Amino acid sequence: MSPLSRREFVAAGVAAGAGLVIGFYLPHKASWEKESFSPNAYLRITPDNKVTIVVARSEMGQGVRTALPMILAEELEADWKQIEIEQAGASTLFGDQTTGGSASIRTTWDPMRKAGAFAREMLISAAASTWSVPRSACTAENSRIKHAATNRSFSYGELASKAATLPIPTDVTLKQSKDYKLVGQRLARVDSPAKVKGEAVFGIDFRLPGMKFAVLSRCPTIGGKVSGFDDKESKKLPGVSFVGKISDSAVAVVANSVWEAMEGRRVLSVLWDESPNKDLNTAAVMASLKQSASKKSASLFLAGDPSKVQGRHISAEYELPFMAHAAMEPGNCTAHYQGTKCELWAPTQVPQDCRDSVSTAIALDPDQVKVNVTLMGGGFGRRLEHDYAVEAALVSKLIHAPVKVIWTREDDMRFSTYRPASLHQLSATLDGSGMPIGLTHRIIAPSISGQKGQPVPNGVDPDLPDEAGPVYGLPNYAIDYVLAETPVPLGWMRSVYALQAAFALESFIDELAVAGGKDPLQYRLKLLAKDQDLPYFTTTWHTARMRGVLQLASEKAGWDKPLPAGHYRGVACFGCFASYMAEVVEITMENEQPRVHRVVAVVDCGQVVNPSILEQQIQGGIVYGLGNALRAKITIEKGRVVQGNFDDYAPLRMEETPAVEVYAVPSAEVPTGIGEPSVPPIAPALCNAIYAATKKRIRALPILS
Amino acid sequence: MADIPLRVNGKEKKVSVSPETPLLWVLRDTLELTGTKFGCGAGLCGACTVHVDGNPTRSCSTPVSQVAGKSVLTIEGLGAGGLHVLQQAWIAEEVPQCGYCQTGQIMSAAALLAKTPNPTDEQITQAMNGNLCRCGTYERIRKAVHRAAGNGGAR
Repeated sequence: MSPLSRREFVAAGVAAGAGLVIGFYLPHKASWEKESFSPNAYLRITPDNKVTIVVARSEMGQGVRTALPMILAEELEADWKQIEIEQAGASTLFGDQTTGGSASIRTTWDPMRKAGAFAREMLISAAASTWSVPRSACTAENSRIKHAATNRSFSYGELASKAATLPIPTDVTLKQSKDYKLVGQRLARVDSPAKVKGEAVFGIDFRLPGMKFAVLSRCPTIGGKVSGFDDKESKKLPGVSFVGKISDSAVAVVANSVWEAMEGRRVLSVLWDESPNKDLNTAAVMASLKQSASKKSASLFLAGDPSKVQGRHISAEYELPFMAHAAMEPGNCTAHYQGTKCELWAPTQVPQDCRDSVSTAIALDPDQVKVNVTLMGGGFGRRLEHDYAVEAALVSKLIHAPVKVIWTREDDMRFSTYRPASLHQLSATLDGSGMPIGLTHRIIAPSISGQKGQPVPNGVDPDLPDEAGPVYGLPNYAIDYVLAETPVPLGWMRSVYALQAAFALESFIDELAVAGGKDPLQYRLKLLAKDQDLPYFTTTWHTARMRGVLQLASEKAGWDKPLPAGHYRGVACFGCFASYMAEVVEITMENEQPRVHRVVAVVDCGQVVNPSILEQQIQGGIVYGLGNALRAKITIEKGRVVQGNFDDYAPLRMEETPAVEVYAVPSAEVPTGIGEPSVPPIAPALCNAIYAATKKRIRALPILS
Repeated sequence: MADIPLRVNGKEKKVSVSPETPLLWVLRDTLELTGTKFGCGAGLCGACTVHVDGNPTRSCSTPVSQVAGKSVLTIEGLGAGGLHVLQQAWIAEEVPQCGYCQTGQIMSAAALLAKTPNPTDEQITQAMNGNLCRCGTYERIRKAVHRAAGNGGAR
């Protein structure tokens, strides 16, 4: 793994992106690296002409190991074929390394560009001074600095040791979008070959010599504890080397292989103290949400005063269930505790949280815990938790050996953190022409951050600013949030609250269009007709950009063209993670169930870095969102999660997957999120199509419940 | 414990494990062939798909004793002597996102093409429907299977 942690950097205060700074070397480098050029933590060029770019976000399928280096390489004027990629573990050099919130590109766009541009300028300086020619006579291209007048050139590697002695410039001119050679190209993902050959090392694949395997018996009842256990039968089994309580709520079974550990757990007898949630069930949770609805709310957005508007009044209530991420790779982590240090190999979206939580759990200092980031078989927010890392460290500490903790699918489903169930009350006032002049959206949902003891400033869950903004520029428009409570463990699941907010709002807008006797797409365009800027926390939403995606979706879907008999369409648009998205769904109904034939998806996410990866993210988000909409529901009975595997929690399969056409509005604006924005509109677009087909309005997900 | 003879990727192996141990864990933990993935443990997701005597098989629910003396092909043996045409197609169509399920997907597709060199969309769906992908790569999988078929996919 990276030797970067052995180096000394100092934050030189180059303001970049969302609070990130580029770390710079102190002048006194270790002797072994004197020859290498590494003006910041993201880049290293060695005299053997190796250009290494460090990725400080986690790869969970979203393409960061390809897209982030492309951004740096663009400014560096590097030869893409020659780039080597290095994955950073938990570090202090990159600011917040959390991979989530569709933020990898938008928060590293500036730091990665500047990291490449500063290096490029220093390489130019190194060449110019070697040749004694003006810098302006030199150009950077394809990992070489050229002096055209004399037809001379140096490779970056040849300039590395000289460039390393030069001062870092104070400012740099970044390239313009029109001059990009890599950014915007469909460059092949760097991780595909290893993945198709079975050589890619996911967390579950990582091996250490002498490593044991552990599975844990966790209390099946939410919040329950171990009151005792009998390991006689487990210890009789071949391979089982240790059984022991690792925390209040879990007993570990350690063996020489995963199967032996699973077998050991199967015959383990644990006595649970199930209180206090032993009678909890889903109906009670939803009833409690309803009771919370009248509680004091926090205002997320307010224009005018919807309560004072006169006209035709319409209201509706929408309900969404708990959902589970269900990534293909079940939870796991490898840990090696060695007294004064502990090393982890974690498939994690939060290496720094893993480091900090593990250090607390096993009583080490954070700098005694090294976290390496492996590939992840999907994240979807589940790996924003650090439970798997803490478990692995605790087991390793108990057995004094390297160990991999593996969760079974049932463990992963039943001991997850769930997308919060939520309730949405919408009301609107229509004018004489059927258009809304007032709209209120009241979101009643527990706070994920609040449940985890993180700050919830002014009663507003900190995710809502990215995920529940205003879409339309209505003169009287209120979005309110009621912070509800639940004992069900909550987590951030792909698109988080945006899925809930979009389902409710965009279903309701459809209801209003129907009430006003209007075409639902034209109705939305009319609501977006006026150019308006809608400030919402740190984002400003622009009706013009939303209108743009909707118009393009209308054209590409052929909204105005007649459909074959029995085919129906629905539309929805939404903005989240600073991106704009519109989706048109075409369905037929078979045995009262929708079959989705085609989805047209249009995004405005500013500058596109890699169109192929963008298409993957949108197609994937829509498949994920369709699964959520159709069937995803976690229920609780007697304090326990009912669903356990892919039979009772059934994701979308190939037979249900529609053709998804993806279009991006051409843009040179700063890139915004792409991992999540395609998820929220698909459920309301589908439900709106179902309404078009059946005149039945779906106000609770999942559709097939 | 018993010594169970296996032929894995053309090589004779003898593994000493309980006969009921699923083939998946023998491959992953005993033979350290980790390209075959654990997804559900119940034959529901297809991530663990290998070929046993040429037939696509869910190794997570196949006791190793059932494959004694049989020929097992895993992803590591598929492209022996270079990339299999399906692996090439998977790269060309940029199928993998997280990539975790893809080895199982490719093994299912390879079994399909071995019997049906030019599958229709329906045949692809039928053969691949047991393989889950949470990243939602199904559309590109379909394209990649067609591409491989067009390039003499049964190889």
